[in-house]
Amino acid sequence: MDWITQASTSAQKSDAVFFYVFGLSVAFLIFITALMIYFVIRYSRKRHPKAEQIEGHTGLEILWTTIPLVMFLTIFYYGWTNYEYMRQAPRDAMAVKVNARQWSWSFEYPNGKQSKILYAPLGKPMKVEVRSLDVVHGFFVPAFRLKVDAVPSHTNTTWFEATKLGSFDIECTVICGVDHSLMLSKVVVVPEDAFKAWYFGGDDAPEPKPVPDPPKPVAEFTHPGLAVLTAKGCLDCHSVDGKPMVGPTLKGLFGKQEVVLSGKAARTVTVDEAYLRQAIVNPMKDVVRGYPPSMPPTPLAPRELDDVVGYLKTLK
Amino acid sequence: MSTHATTVQPSYLEDTGARKGLMAWLTSTDHKRVGMLYLYSMISFFFVGVGIGFVMRLVQLTRFQNLITAETYNALFTVHGVIMIFLFVVPGLPAVFGNFFLPIMIGAKDVAFPRLNLASWYFYMSGAILAILSLFTGGGAPDTGWTFYVPFSMRTGTNVSLAVFAAFILGFSSMLTGINFITTIHRLRAPGMKWFRMPLFSWSLYATSWIQLLATPILAITLVLVILERAFGIGIFDPVKGGDPLLYQHLFWIYSHPAVYIMILPAMGAITEILPTFARRPIFGYKAIAFSSMSIAGVGSLVWAHHMFTSGLSSFSVMLFSLLTMIVAVPSAIKVFNWVSTLYKGSIDFQPPLLFALTFIFLFCIGGLTGVMQGALAINVHIHDTYFIVGHFHYVMFGGTGFAFFAALLYWFPKMFGKMYSKKAIYASWVPLFIGFNMLYFTMLVLGMMGMPRRYFHHLPQFNTGHEIATVGSWFLVLGLFMFFGTLVYASLKGEKAEDNPWGGVTLEWTIPSPPPVENFEEIPTITTDPYHFPQENEA
Repeated sequence: MDWITQASTSAQKSDAVFFYVFGLSVAFLIFITALMIYFVIRYSRKRHPKAEQIEGHTGLEILWTTIPLVMFLTIFYYGWTNYEYMRQAPRDAMAVKVNARQWSWSFEYPNGKQSKILYAPLGKPMKVEVRSLDVVHGFFVPAFRLKVDAVPSHTNTTWFEATKLGSFDIECTVICGVDHSLMLSKVVVVPEDAFKAWYFGGDDAPEPKPVPDPPKPVAEFTHPGLAVLTAKGCLDCHSVDGKPMVGPTLKGLFGKQEVVLSGKAARTVTVDEAYLRQAIVNPMKDVVRGYPPSMPPTPLAPRELDDVVGYLKTLK
Repeated sequence: MSTHATTVQPSYLEDTGARKGLMAWLTSTDHKRVGMLYLYSMISFFFVGVGIGFVMRLVQLTRFQNLITAETYNALFTVHGVIMIFLFVVPGLPAVFGNFFLPIMIGAKDVAFPRLNLASWYFYMSGAILAILSLFTGGGAPDTGWTFYVPFSMRTGTNVSLAVFAAFILGFSSMLTGINFITTIHRLRAPGMKWFRMPLFSWSLYATSWIQLLATPILAITLVLVILERAFGIGIFDPVKGGDPLLYQHLFWIYSHPAVYIMILPAMGAITEILPTFARRPIFGYKAIAFSSMSIAGVGSLVWAHHMFTSGLSSFSVMLFSLLTMIVAVPSAIKVFNWVSTLYKGSIDFQPPLLFALTFIFLFCIGGLTGVMQGALAINVHIHDTYFIVGHFHYVMFGGTGFAFFAALLYWFPKMFGKMYSKKAIYASWVPLFIGFNMLYFTMLVLGMMGMPRRYFHHLPQFNTGHEIATVGSWFLVLGLFMFFGTLVYASLKGEKAEDNPWGGVTLEWTIPSPPPVENFEEIPTITTDPYHFPQENEA
């Protein structure tokens, strides 16, 4: 399926069941619709002036009770066995605590490390233990076909094994108040060694990224601003070539119209120099809509800030 | 069939008592007038719900949510749900066509408890007024979604208590109608009208009434508990006080899932009346359809937890409820096969009610099949609480119950109003209705598969295109609705006089004048044949 990303082993299971049921459904719908249209034409009053008074047929009733029953039971069985796979985490899965609250997600790993974005190693099972600190929320990762409710006083678990590198949406699916639709985050799937480097790297370890950038010697930086962006880790979440990552791309950003959320209110701003400076120093003030509010404030020296802003202007 | 030529009774539309005009309507216990009161009030609320839906679609047209705030949007989808469910589809066909036609179809002069019947309408209107008051008083319109899930519904500052109380009052309307219909069917059938000689619409009302009677009290109790929880903090649902939020979800769905069958069964019943009339032959598999109604009512009461597959139920419960959900799909499939077979070797007179009935079958099949997809656990995990669900239940509730309501209205309009509408105008309205409906709700199914959650004020950029298509669809749909109801309003005022039996139907309502006289029959008929017995030449 091109129009929906399939990025976990569970997604493959869920989609297999979906296509089975979808195939049967389309066949049934076409059959019933074609039959109705055919009868209406074939037995119209003009062609068939006298109706035959047929009251029923026991054999047919038995037939069309049994066939759907058997079909529905196969759907049940196929759906259930795959669901069992999707729900039961393997023993060696790393257990991550997912804390839901109005209106944000946070993640806590076994060694106590915490993050606002869920980092996961490629091809390794990860168990999620979902809890809520206030009302009911829903933890949903469409690309993984994974969903489980966060219910206060309960801990619900599920798991996944990512099959693709990249950044995937996390959305809340149970209405939880005003900012329900902004209760977003991302799962970032990274190579296992990058994950380990971050996981065991202590508090200062740079956040892992799906595709490591080729190392660039400082001398090769075409602009001093790019050197600052690289050094400060900005490019872990923002690309300079238009590629979507955790945060919006920096390419073509200057002069663009963006919808930002200032607290709860959405408004449209033109990205100018003043906005850029504020967005770097105080990123939580206006968050571009559709992205998780997870960028840390980045204090820069005045000279560095000038370089970055100057560089962003050149990224058409 | 033309014995009424000597009718001396006035039509039910003429005032015969001491009161005249509006007061005569508001105090009438005539089941036909009560049915009409429901018709006018329900259609009014329906259009309020349509208006809210229309605004929500406009909000989603772009990513610039400039029209309204998130608070207002959350209130809009809550109120849209409450109005459409409690004020339109739950009373639905029983309140209008059940009231009007059940006594006539079984050969009775009225329902068993005419005063209780009028009282039901007053409960309905009181609940409706309270629901509307809740929008403008207290902390503002409720913003929890129509499901009122705790603990959010306990903590929100909005006017949940009044809205919930409104639903509580509306429940009484539903229960009293249920009691009334059950008693009417048991006690007031005409001589010779054996159980298996009843028209199948009556059977569907009978099954529905039992659900209304048995399931609605559970909703009432649950809603009272929510009010007590909010007012006094009794702690039955609040996890902080040792309560359990999942208990609420169970109690809520123990009513609200069977409620889905309250909504759809009478719709199926109406379709079952329409098909034989236009095919000029008996319904295929009378008993299979009657029993399938009863088994839907029975098994349908045991599937509620399929709304909670992601809430953390045990593996065993999840397995069991998925299995039962699959089983309840079987009687619906049986009905579809029997309907289609009723067209076989008939002599089909293609008229507007038949077009809408066939459209119902098509849309209901999509609704039912997408329901089976959700019953399959591995798929449910993905699509639960997304636009897929929104698309699915609009196919069932609007494509199903809504289109059946339209079909029933077209079928019985000449009888109820004594006037005929322009068939061409109705065919013309079908085109935007059908195109708009599928553009709007099929797109929602696709959006849901892509991962668009329901009840979202903001949506992520990848869903833009889908939302644009859906919004344009909603414009066609609203256009079609105005054409449809415009045609009927015009016909009720200026339409040509309708014949007593314009479609050639054989159930009892077609043997009396249009509009029906006050006491329905000159003389209570004695029934000697099956309900869909079309007299043949050799026996005339």
